[in-house]
Amino acid sequence: MDNVGLILALAGAVSAALFAGIGSAYGVGLAGRAGAGAITENPDLFSKVLILQLLPGTQGIYGLLVAFVTLSQIGLLGGGASEITPGQGLMYLLACLPIAVVGLISAIYQGQTSVAAIGVVTKKPDQFGKAMLFPAMVETYAILALLISILAVFSL
Amino acid sequence: MAVLQTQKIHICALKKNRKQILEELQRTGRVQIEPGGQEDEIFRHMDTASACSAFEKRAQNAEAALKVLETYAPEKQSPLAFLEGKKIISRREYENGTLEREQVLKDISAVLSCQKDIGEAKAARVRAEAALESLVPWMSLDIPMNSKGTKKTAVFIGSLPGRWTVEQLMPALAGARPDLDVCSLEILGADRDQTCLFAVTSRDRADILEDALRVNGFVRPQVNCGTVPAEYAKTLEQQKEEAVQAEREAAEKIRSLAGEREKIRFAADYYRMRTEKYRVLGNLLQSGHVFFIEGFVPVDQGEKIRERLESRYPCQVELEKVPENEEAPVLLRNNSFAEPTESVVEAFGLPQKGEIDPTAIMAFFYYFLFGLMLSDAGYGILMVIVCAVAVKKFPNMDAGLKKMLRMFFYCGISTIFWGVMFGGYFGDVIPVVAETFFHKEVVVPALWFAPLDDPMKLLMFSFLFGIIHLFVGLGAKGYMLARDRDWMGFFSGVACWYALLIGLILLLLPSDMFASMAGVTIVLPAWVGTLAKWMSIVSAVCIVLFSETGTKNIAARLALGAYDLYGVSGWLSDVLSYSRLLALGLATGVIGTVINTMGSMLGGSVIGFILFWVIFVVGHLLNMAINLLGAYVHTNRLQFVEFFGKFYEGGGRPFRPFSAASNKYFKFKEEE
Repeated sequence: MDNVGLILALAGAVSAALFAGIGSAYGVGLAGRAGAGAITENPDLFSKVLILQLLPGTQGIYGLLVAFVTLSQIGLLGGGASEITPGQGLMYLLACLPIAVVGLISAIYQGQTSVAAIGVVTKKPDQFGKAMLFPAMVETYAILALLISILAVFSL
Repeated sequence: MAVLQTQKIHICALKKNRKQILEELQRTGRVQIEPGGQEDEIFRHMDTASACSAFEKRAQNAEAALKVLETYAPEKQSPLAFLEGKKIISRREYENGTLEREQVLKDISAVLSCQKDIGEAKAARVRAEAALESLVPWMSLDIPMNSKGTKKTAVFIGSLPGRWTVEQLMPALAGARPDLDVCSLEILGADRDQTCLFAVTSRDRADILEDALRVNGFVRPQVNCGTVPAEYAKTLEQQKEEAVQAEREAAEKIRSLAGEREKIRFAADYYRMRTEKYRVLGNLLQSGHVFFIEGFVPVDQGEKIRERLESRYPCQVELEKVPENEEAPVLLRNNSFAEPTESVVEAFGLPQKGEIDPTAIMAFFYYFLFGLMLSDAGYGILMVIVCAVAVKKFPNMDAGLKKMLRMFFYCGISTIFWGVMFGGYFGDVIPVVAETFFHKEVVVPALWFAPLDDPMKLLMFSFLFGIIHLFVGLGAKGYMLARDRDWMGFFSGVACWYALLIGLILLLLPSDMFASMAGVTIVLPAWVGTLAKWMSIVSAVCIVLFSETGTKNIAARLALGAYDLYGVSGWLSDVLSYSRLLALGLATGVIGTVINTMGSMLGGSVIGFILFWVIFVVGHLLNMAINLLGAYVHTNRLQFVEFFGKFYEGGGRPFRPFSAASNKYFKFKEEE
């Protein structure tokens, strides 16, 4: 266990991709089921519904982003990991937490909001612009978490 | 750049010209017709509901016929056909088309009845096949299936459950009725589920045999016919053959009508237009000889329509300004740079009475922010090429789609700009390719700086862009208040806020907090600090004192004013919201880099080379799609929530002229 620092940092990178990805998978899945229902009623809505379904998918990408930046910072991508003290490793882990936790939870809520927005579009297709805004509101917090994670990882 | 003014139009004309006038208005599509006023003894509404639904039914039939044609004689269409838009026809072509409508209606019903015939023929074929199937075990029977016997003999034809042989069956029958003595059995066919048999006995023992059979589960056959099974099978075969033939003939007939497709499409739209016309007609006030039309028309069209109508028909057309108490419908008119973003404004809501059209000010920021979020020159070039080619190649394209493509065209240009500024070309594909395949180190310099090297710098600039965007929004509010000469509102709602915010920013800039965040120390002269301090304090006090002058109660007024001042926290969160510019910009770049890294992992061999381009194409298409979506959604959000929040409410009534816009297949050529 002489590379505890590296393990901790890796745990951070992995949890960013892991939890944000789980959240997005759940959110996109939820919205997809609602979308499939909407399409059986009116196939013309496909492109609108698809956009709404994809909205909760971005958290997974933010998680991937932070994971990738972390991996490259700790030198795991280029081969030959750099020396990382346990303290530094813990800092990387903490830096990854915002996007891991907020990504997970916000993607789930965003998925539920997307379902509601799909409901709006099914009944009033011309209100797509407004319907899209509600899930986008939820995403704000994922973006803020991403920002803090990225800035923290970069400055470590 | 603005809302196109409308005026009221009143038309009074003779009933005998009603058809021509309404059709002319519909064809030109420039007048929004409003429901006429109250009925009285002379002027009445006409009940057109039944005519409407009859025409609607015809339009639906035409659509149904087109669907049938598509099933039996599919039309070859390129996958880009949806870009083509509606066919343009002249007035003469339209009139020629209407002459053939009786014939087309016949064709439509012929197609639909053929489809019905096909359904029936299919059912008949299935019935015949099922009957043939159930006849199989009986085929060796050489008397009619429903024979009951002769004068002296009784015959039983039917089946028993399970598999039996004659040797097993005789004892079973005797066991059921010991008094059964003489009978003859023949097994016609047997399988695991049933045994078909033929039994004969003398007429006076019929009851006994029947009872014995019944105890063992005897049932009469379901196929009941008066002929020998083999003959019946022949009849069934023939019926099946006939059904197949009928199906083929009907399908053939449908195919022969495929050439009428265009005419049927015309008919579908023709009846759609008539439905619309009769719906409007039901709203008009009419007397025995004249009728009235009341509605709205864009100012630049009013005179033209008056001249046209008055020169052709005996009628009276009057134009007037929209009265104060009525809300005019809204139509946007912008230059070709701003026009594409009209759909964004429409999605939020058209300007209300007294509001300006925000499209023109919004358009620049829209493109600017969109490009900043996507910020990859490679993706930008792709967007520009795809949009430009599509718009060029399909000039008839649906107007809404065209606007959208033109919007993405401008967004693409902005994306190229920001990509060059930040040095992003499909992520970092140029250095990666150079190093993997040519073992050379190439550096693609960013014109400004690479966000990954200095994210804090881009964050600060994101906030700066945000502040500019928001200040422009506040300026738009100031413009509207000044235009309405609401100087008090202008002072407390706009001028004081500018002073307060600028003061606060000037106080923040030299602080240690800003220096540690931005990594730049800004030193301002001391008098600027003092001025900023007093500017903030005075403007804050003014906001508390004057922003709610409408409220009489002093305490309530001050409390509400203090609440308005609390809006400064809203400004803070609005500005912070622009941090998404950095986050989304980084997301595009970093994921692009991940894709290139993945592609280059297989090294510089031939297989590595091929796989690199496969991963490159798939990965970047995916990244581009996801980030396009992100940039689109979040640019909209910044416009709708942060920018519009400062000055714009929307909620105006859209201008919906009486026209042929609901047509699916054709539109009219512009007429002079």
